Amino acid sequence: MGIIEVKGLAKSYETRSRRKTTKVDAVAGVDLDVAEGEIFGFLGPNGAGKTTTLRMLATLIPPDAGEATIAGANLRSQQAGVRAAIGYIAQGGATTDDATAREELVLQARMHGIGKAEAQRRAIAALAAFELTEYADRACKTYSGGQRRRVDIAMGIIHRPKVVFLDEPTTGLDPQSRAHMWDEVRRLRSEGMTVFLTTHYLEEADVLCDRVAIIDGGVIVAEGTPDTLKREISGDIVTVGVGEEFAEKAGEVLTGQDYLTEVEVRDGGMLRLAVEDGGTAVPRVMRALDDAGIITSTVEVHRPTLDDVFLTKTGRSLRES
Amino acid sequence: MKVLHDTWLIFHRNVKLMLRSPLWVVLGVSQPVVFLLLFAPLLKPALATMGAHSQAQAYRIYVPGMLVALALAGGLYAGFDLLRELASGIVERARVTPVSRIALLLGRALRDVVVLVVQAAIIIVLSLLFGLTVSIPALLIGYGILALITLTSASFSYGVALKIKNPAVLGQLINNVAQPLMLLSGTLLPIALAPLWLRDTANGNPFNWAVTGMRALFTGHPGDPSIWKAFAMLGGLAVLTVVWSGRKFAKSVR
Repeated sequence: MGIIEVKGLAKSYETRSRRKTTKVDAVAGVDLDVAEGEIFGFLGPNGAGKTTTLRMLATLIPPDAGEATIAGANLRSQQAGVRAAIGYIAQGGATTDDATAREELVLQARMHGIGKAEAQRRAIAALAAFELTEYADRACKTYSGGQRRRVDIAMGIIHRPKVVFLDEPTTGLDPQSRAHMWDEVRRLRSEGMTVFLTTHYLEEADVLCDRVAIIDGGVIVAEGTPDTLKREISGDIVTVGVGEEFAEKAGEVLTGQDYLTEVEVRDGGMLRLAVEDGGTAVPRVMRALDDAGIITSTVEVHRPTLDDVFLTKTGRSLRES
Repeated sequence: MKVLHDTWLIFHRNVKLMLRSPLWVVLGVSQPVVFLLLFAPLLKPALATMGAHSQAQAYRIYVPGMLVALALAGGLYAGFDLLRELASGIVERARVTPVSRIALLLGRALRDVVVLVVQAAIIIVLSLLFGLTVSIPALLIGYGILALITLTSASFSYGVALKIKNPAVLGQLINNVAQPLMLLSGTLLPIALAPLWLRDTANGNPFNWAVTGMRALFTGHPGDPSIWKAFAMLGGLAVLTVVWSGRKFAKSVR
């Protein structure tokens, strides 16, 4: 039995434009089962329904349909139980410009019903754990993006929740802060917390998450460990660069070659080929293109990525959407 | 108990943050002060029909109205501050905790009451220099009226801000509420000068009773029935507004 169990969760919005009211299904029936102690990643493009799902699970918006239990508490009937069990760290953060990190942490603990002395103790411990002690009594507006993000996370776990929801934890962070953040997320897990995060970064889902659900258009299109998902796509991917003017012709030449399972012409004079075996396919591709008088500028063989999984399931690349 | 505890928590934080940028408390009072200095001297002849035969008497009529206007306007514009907080995720962060929803409202609205108390004190002290006299008990009762007004207007403004996300629209709406309320309360110009139908309309306006009650207090008639009427109407209105706005805090969807 998972620590987060979700069945048929759905939410739609009405958007009004002049006279017409259109119903948009932000989340159209999501099932999830997250095991205790996992880092679970919700991967999808912007507008796929990641944040809406997260906000429903965090009791911020009521679902239209579906059921969920988090740490044994029912999302609809036991909201207080859910709130006690979860920490929620919103995408845009939630620090006040003029408040200090210490004040924010103490307030957050006290809003969870923790007494004053204990709240102050926990704030001190959290400041140390997130390497914020040095800035503890400075206003949050003086912090860097990474520091502010760390305050957000420290606030989110000040009441020692069982489950932590992180909405796009590394969006807008520089690579170094991102790596730092990944370490923090892993530390949360090592402290016994279950982490449920959303991301639109393939690498983040691949490297950081134990299990990934890919969501698109409010529906989960694939779910599993990153490795299982990638293994579902047999063979390798070959990317060939031929330049804009030859791209179409190259596509025609290669379509129908029996050792290629998929040929796709992409922007920028690139072709994406799905092949059984990259090693034997590359020379044959080169020869075929050479015979047709097309000069190849780049050739790259790689194992399928989560983007290829996304592409296979949705027909679009995550990088494009 | 929990509501009180949480209200104190939110109130304490908001007051602390406000003290860090006290400038806007002073800026908020600058317009009334300008009115007091430049506009009030014109009032003696204008208010003669209401029994103002001296400068001090004119102030006794003018200042209470201005204080009501200050409480009304100050509270009504409080929603803008909430819009900023909503955008920065602070409200959402609180709403994921078990903190009392009504406390999220009351903690803020009571901070606004404190701001009003300070601003009103500035105006009253300045007015004393111009010859205004008022007894301490009357002043305290007057503060009670002003506190109820601010509680109502701020709660209303917060509730609307949770509903209307666009600051420009919020501004227009607040203006459209504030202007008629102020005119119909006789805050600046006495409603006694108005034609009968307008006076009848004003009779249904709790803020008009607040102004009448305040003037009674400042002119030394603490037994005037308008005072308890003002308390009764404003008290009822405050309860309604707080309940309505508190619900918005409980289920605001943003």
